[in-house]
Amino acid sequence: MANPVAIIGRFGIETKRHIVGITILLAQVFYWLIIGPFKGKIVSRRSLFEQMVFSGVRSTLIVFFVSLFTGIVLAMQSAYQLEKLGATMYVASLVAVSIARELGPVLTALVVAGRVGAAITAELGSMNVTDQIEALRTLALNPVRYLAVPRIIALLIMLPCLTIFSDLVGMFGGWLIGVFNLGLSSGMYIDKTIEFLELRDIYTGLFKSFVFAGIISTIGCYMGLSTKGGAEGVGNSTTVSVVASFILIILADCVLTGIFYFSNM
Amino acid sequence: MQEKEAVIEIKDLVKSFDGRRVLNKVNLKVYKGETMVIMGGSGCGKSTLLRHIVGSHMPDSGQVFIKGKDITQLPESEFDKIRKRFGMVFQSSALFDSMSVENNITLPLREHTKLDENIMKIMVKMKLELVGLRGFERLMPSQLSGGMRKRVGLARAIALDPEMVFYDEPTAGLDPIVAGVVNKLILDLSKKLQITSVVVTHDMQSVFSIADRIAMLYEGEVIAEGMPDEIRNSTDARVQQFIKGSPEGPIRFFQEGDDYLKQLTE
Repeated sequence: MANPVAIIGRFGIETKRHIVGITILLAQVFYWLIIGPFKGKIVSRRSLFEQMVFSGVRSTLIVFFVSLFTGIVLAMQSAYQLEKLGATMYVASLVAVSIARELGPVLTALVVAGRVGAAITAELGSMNVTDQIEALRTLALNPVRYLAVPRIIALLIMLPCLTIFSDLVGMFGGWLIGVFNLGLSSGMYIDKTIEFLELRDIYTGLFKSFVFAGIISTIGCYMGLSTKGGAEGVGNSTTVSVVASFILIILADCVLTGIFYFSNM
Repeated sequence: MQEKEAVIEIKDLVKSFDGRRVLNKVNLKVYKGETMVIMGGSGCGKSTLLRHIVGSHMPDSGQVFIKGKDITQLPESEFDKIRKRFGMVFQSSALFDSMSVENNITLPLREHTKLDENIMKIMVKMKLELVGLRGFERLMPSQLSGGMRKRVGLARAIALDPEMVFYDEPTAGLDPIVAGVVNKLILDLSKKLQITSVVVTHDMQSVFSIADRIAMLYEGEVIAEGMPDEIRNSTDARVQQFIKGSPEGPIRFFQEGDDYLKQLTE
């Protein structure tokens, strides 16, 4: 049987190695973002555009379905509870606030981590094990600038956009239940939504999604660029990338919610 | 021998992986315009040596000079300037599989020059003509055979008209005719364009048809270096065994020692 101390020790060493690696990657990303343009080495607009289409536009369908059904379920569940208090009309505000603050940003990030984060790791990882990353280097093209930076910027732009889309679709799901099942009038549902929704709910949600985008894309690129060991290595990196993104997204959500809503209480 | 300009100079290069010493004080000079072949058995460290020259690996100790500059000490941005002056052909071709043949070759041009798109298109056609693949611009790497991929890899390596080209096992896994074509390409490039080449291979036919000079690497050390004839007539039994491909000789294939029985019954 393995020694538990050894397991913990190995885990600690691995974690430290990953943290150092991610820090180095982030430093390079910032270098290419901030100093690169002054040296005339701007990120290729074409590859940025391609990445935005891949990570953003092509994610809309899955985000649409996930958000729509979440809105519907949320409305049904809360209606059941609020009915007992005779407060069914507050379904609208409950749905709006929970979606804008939490479910929109978090669910979108989780979906995108599974779709885009995994794809980034798998793509860069297989490029790595087939010498394509090394080939880039010998062509004097920095892999961080050429591969990581466009992917990270693309997701930083697109994930908040997807979150806005998710918020709208989620609230629309709630509206469907409110109007067609609970018999609320459409006007009142929209009124209640706007009345209780503060701007702060939306921008804290968007800020969260910005942070999540950083987590997903950085972990995705880091795991891809550090992949070793053939097809199995690519599979392992992809799994670790998605699992680590999931955990860090929830963790970051927890910390950010604490900062936004509980720090000045 | 007259004093020639050494384009690449390797001094006392030492590298270990996981405690196993792969390169042990390697010293080697490559002169301008010549084709240097580094031969040796699988796992003797020849690919590792090449990866040190292109800067993919950093040595444990020792130096690698390219055009007089020690690349092991250069910052990345300085090294990139040198990288633009050499091309590398990978054993696995390492083509970017998300890009067409044309874009694979255009990439270094687009990133490092300010050429017009139309001129780049013409240059791609010229490079493909050199490797005998004109008309294949639109294909994706996955649609090409191994030999064609290798030739596209070569076209990409010479896209920026480099002064040096490095080849990692350029003929491995190719049929004899395609291997001959690749050998002829390497010869043509070095003779017509005066390109300095370093070729890592264990294909003996290739070695003697392209080499100006040969170095043989064995267990991380250069055990012989010289003109093809010198190598062919070498008195070193290891060199002779390698050239003839004989299973009997000083280079042992099987592990020595009498612990076989012990390992079996462990």
